[in-house]
Amino acid sequence: MVEWTDFERATIQDIFSKLEYEVVGPKALARCLVVYPWTQRYFGNFGNLYNAAAITGNPMVAKHGTTILHGLDRAVKNMDDIKNTYTELSVLHSEKLHVDPDNFKLLADCLTIVVAAQMGKAFTGEMQAAFQKFLAVVVTSLGRQYH
Amino acid sequence: MTTLSVKDKDTVKAFWAKVSGNADEIGADAVARMLVVYPQTKTYFSHWKDQSPNSPAVRKHGVTVMLGIGEAVAKIDDLKAGLASLSELHAFTLRVDPANFKILSHCILVVMATMFPNEFTPEVHVSLDKFLASVALALSEKYR
Repeated sequence: MVEWTDFERATIQDIFSKLEYEVVGPKALARCLVVYPWTQRYFGNFGNLYNAAAITGNPMVAKHGTTILHGLDRAVKNMDDIKNTYTELSVLHSEKLHVDPDNFKLLADCLTIVVAAQMGKAFTGEMQAAFQKFLAVVVTSLGRQYH
Repeated sequence: MTTLSVKDKDTVKAFWAKVSGNADEIGADAVARMLVVYPQTKTYFSHWKDQSPNSPAVRKHGVTVMLGIGEAVAKIDDLKAGLASLSELHAFTLRVDPANFKILSHCILVVMATMFPNEFTPEVHVSLDKFLASVALALSEKYR
């Protein structure tokens, strides 16, 4: 079981309470598709992903980015049992979506960058550590049902 | 790992021109962040009495790292040759595990995001990420 310090719990709740999921989600997913273009393989039916401008303006990318953030919200609200919270989502990503779990880390890094851009100097090293630890647990949990 | 396109090089040079005035601050923050977020990196600095984010040693090291990055930007057309002596330093004297280059690169990118949220667009991000990966590769040249 993951041990969270009081600081880590408070930091995660604090960061996510200040995020607009419909803004941050789309930005994170768009950045991932631009910075790591091979991730586009999972979005063949999303239409125009030909360049950064197209990706950033793509409504399907935006919608899916929001969906992802709401999915993260489940972990935010269940920090003491992220593993089980994500059992079904893990099965989904493995069996139905066939997503290489290495991609989860790429998206996590992009989300970190987007949150850093939003929070500026307020995103201290300690907050970054807590945020990245949280995302690492999410990533591990999402990969857990793969076989 | 990757060849930098003309667009990548132009993007990196243009972004560096905007941010290099803050190089010292960027470097200090990136190194401080690395020590906090990835505590295993502190093992390379056990000779520093004070490893806290604002310590003189950390700030000074941040300056050193960014001077190296600036040198790399200037030599972007041939990083392998341009960073040869830095590679020897890291290979034979410092012996930093190359996995740590990725870690520090990530921290540099995070600092860029916090300090330049509007300029650090996804396009700039991808070119800078590729550039830092190329720098890491050039620094690893002499390892074995």
